[in-house]
Amino acid sequence: MSTSAEGTRAESSSGLSRFLKSSIQQVFVFAALILIYIFFMFAAPNFAEPKIALDIVQQAAYIGVMALGATFIIATGGIDLSVGTGMTLVAVMAGVFLSGDWMNLPLGAGLVLILLVGAVMGLLNGLNISVLGLPPFIATLAMMMVARGLALVISGKATISIANQGYVWLANGEIIPGLKNASLIFILMAIVAGVLLNKTLLGRYAIAIGSNEEATRLSGVNVKFWKTMVYVTAGVFMALGAILYSARFGFVQPAEGVGFELNVIAAVVIGGTSLSGGRANIIGTVVGALIMETLKKGLQMMGIAQEWQLVVTGIVVLIAVFVDIVRRKRASAV
Amino acid sequence: MTKLLELKNVSKTFPGVKALQNVQLDLHAGEVLGLCGENGAGKSTLMKILTGIYTPDPGAEIWLQGTKVDVRDVNHARELGLSIIHQELNMVPDLTVAQNLYLGRPGSSKGGFVNDKDLNKMAGDLFDRLGMDINPKSYIRDLSVARQQMVEIARALDFDSKILVMDEPTAALTLQETDALFGMIRDFVTPETGLIYISHRMPEIEEITDRVTVLRDGEYVGTVVTDDVEMREIISMMVGREVSGEARPRTTVESDEVLLKVEGLNTKHLLRDISFEVRKGEVLGFAGLMGAGRTEVARAVFGADPKQSGDTYLHGQKVNIRTAADAVRNGIGYLSEDRKTFGLLLEQDIKQNAVMAAMKDFNIGGFILDGKIKTVGQEMSDRLRVKTPSVNQLLGKLSGGNQQKVVIAKWLVRNCDVLIFDEPTRGIDVGAKEEIYELIEQLSGQGKAIIVISSELPEVLRVSHRIAVMANGRITGFLDNADADQENIMELATVGKTQVVDGAVA
Repeated sequence: MSTSAEGTRAESSSGLSRFLKSSIQQVFVFAALILIYIFFMFAAPNFAEPKIALDIVQQAAYIGVMALGATFIIATGGIDLSVGTGMTLVAVMAGVFLSGDWMNLPLGAGLVLILLVGAVMGLLNGLNISVLGLPPFIATLAMMMVARGLALVISGKATISIANQGYVWLANGEIIPGLKNASLIFILMAIVAGVLLNKTLLGRYAIAIGSNEEATRLSGVNVKFWKTMVYVTAGVFMALGAILYSARFGFVQPAEGVGFELNVIAAVVIGGTSLSGGRANIIGTVVGALIMETLKKGLQMMGIAQEWQLVVTGIVVLIAVFVDIVRRKRASAV
Repeated sequence: MTKLLELKNVSKTFPGVKALQNVQLDLHAGEVLGLCGENGAGKSTLMKILTGIYTPDPGAEIWLQGTKVDVRDVNHARELGLSIIHQELNMVPDLTVAQNLYLGRPGSSKGGFVNDKDLNKMAGDLFDRLGMDINPKSYIRDLSVARQQMVEIARALDFDSKILVMDEPTAALTLQETDALFGMIRDFVTPETGLIYISHRMPEIEEITDRVTVLRDGEYVGTVVTDDVEMREIISMMVGREVSGEARPRTTVESDEVLLKVEGLNTKHLLRDISFEVRKGEVLGFAGLMGAGRTEVARAVFGADPKQSGDTYLHGQKVNIRTAADAVRNGIGYLSEDRKTFGLLLEQDIKQNAVMAAMKDFNIGGFILDGKIKTVGQEMSDRLRVKTPSVNQLLGKLSGGNQQKVVIAKWLVRNCDVLIFDEPTRGIDVGAKEEIYELIEQLSGQGKAIIVISSELPEVLRVSHRIAVMANGRITGFLDNADADQENIMELATVGKTQVVDGAVA
């Protein structure tokens, strides 16, 4: 029962207070990252070294880049379960395109094809969802299985090495000395995603669809087309993630990638993007990915078993979403 | 007369907002008390305090039959004999009537096991006692809204409620169903019970209530005996000024040019052979009972729902409209009866909502022109006098009237020639209604062709130059405003079958 009179009185809108209000989630998430970081500085030996911080960014890069794409899908109220095994399939295809025993294509052509594979997978997801009307959960669950199967079939279950120097350089080289290219690409893609979300029709329509799909359709927006484009975009980000992942070590294990989709979704959700759609936050996603990687690295350096890292990450997801719900309830309480 | 219920000095503060301030209310045994006020006047908040959903600020007193009580929560309220039937029905569509009736009720299960046979029997007995003809085994999703409401009423009565609150119960009911509801209300009220009836609809207040309490802006205005006052006086208490009841359009149609023509429109389930035309600068009203097919006409013309056959002409040119995007491209705008579901992005701000249908004019190569959006949003907000501190305000925080203005702005920014208003003032304050009517008048004056669908006959008569009346999916007649009155519209609306088939609404 919110009304204009109430709303008007509640809203005092100086630019600064409005900024704080709209970005309070970012502030929260960022503060959480700093707190976690400070905790490990005391708890884990050598964690305070700057090198560790750079490592964290580098290692967060592939999940982070995929999470940037997933942010758009989740903004529409959708979900992508195929991003983990899809990443592996794309990486396997990267091996097929670039490695010596297969097609051995030049790097440039290979990269274009790799991104294209990601885009096509996104396109298929998008068409299944918007044209056939399948729920995103089901459509991408199916794609997750298909991708896993294909990755195993194409690779013959064998590890594929991508011994292309240029390819490995994409992740491990340092255009900016001291900063691995993977980190640089992560940062650049975050900027691209931020622009796409906030300054282009793609992002605007993604949020509008997540906010109220029917009202958006009745505003004359071609919802099917734009939804499909969102999944294509996410597919391209997934392919970039696959490049960063496989180029890091120069080989691909086709059985990997299962469960990565959950890390991607967790990064987006920790960042404050609403799973019910209509609200998305690129900086949040970046910080969300960093939080997950910081926990992993910090617990690892404290000598805590990997299994416990999962437990802690799970708890962080719960806390992040809970804080967001409490905050929003307060904001809309009338 | 004994006072069944007395509320004294009730205030309620929400963060930053004073929703109620020292409000009082008393309900006599054996009466129906109307509770009136514009949206946001605090009616629902007051009733939520009474039924334990909200806790009032300290100092509030609730007296039941001379005893001071503290309503702790909803269950406690029920124990005290206080029940409320909310505007939005609280039912689980995928459970049966009986399962819904006893959902969450102690004693409806044994050791965690539910026995549907028992529930059905209990529900059947209850309906027999109340004289309601409802099958306990029907699924709620298969019942019409009116019958769902009957189930809600049955549930409230089953609690042995002494005091029943109904919040806008007739919003989705047909006239016959409303009559049936009133019958039930009269049966409910005995010398031991009382009922509080919240409604915007003055004829209903006049018919069913004994006294009326009016709130305005969270404060108590006064209580009057229904028979002693004219409804106009109650409205003026609500809005703080006089409102006339018999208004008609103040403009005439200048042009003979037909802007929109629809011929032989049929849909699979409901519409049969719908043909009409709207001239430049004309407002064509669509009247009819609920379920007659008015909204379906609008949605089919707009391409929101598929049609089986029928042609649409704009400016004399045949156009092919199969999707909403086609309609918008051809300059047709549709303002849905359900703004929140079909018209607005509640979590987005005014300026974004205003340009939502015209994004093609607000981007270059896919990049959004934020500055232009802000300028145009501001311009529209000023022109339509949206009451808001800024165009960055989220739509969810605006009142119904201001939300409606933003939906209008959306189609003005798109520069539509044809505007279809479906229930343009539903859920809007009495005072803001006139503003919307004036806007419609202005728009027709600018040469737009306008269709207004409305269930409120005074509204149809107020804005339409011509009126198309529908019944059972057909147009049963056209009336010029000068010849039209509530009686002859109702005659046409009830042509043929007098009852509208349950569930005929697609």
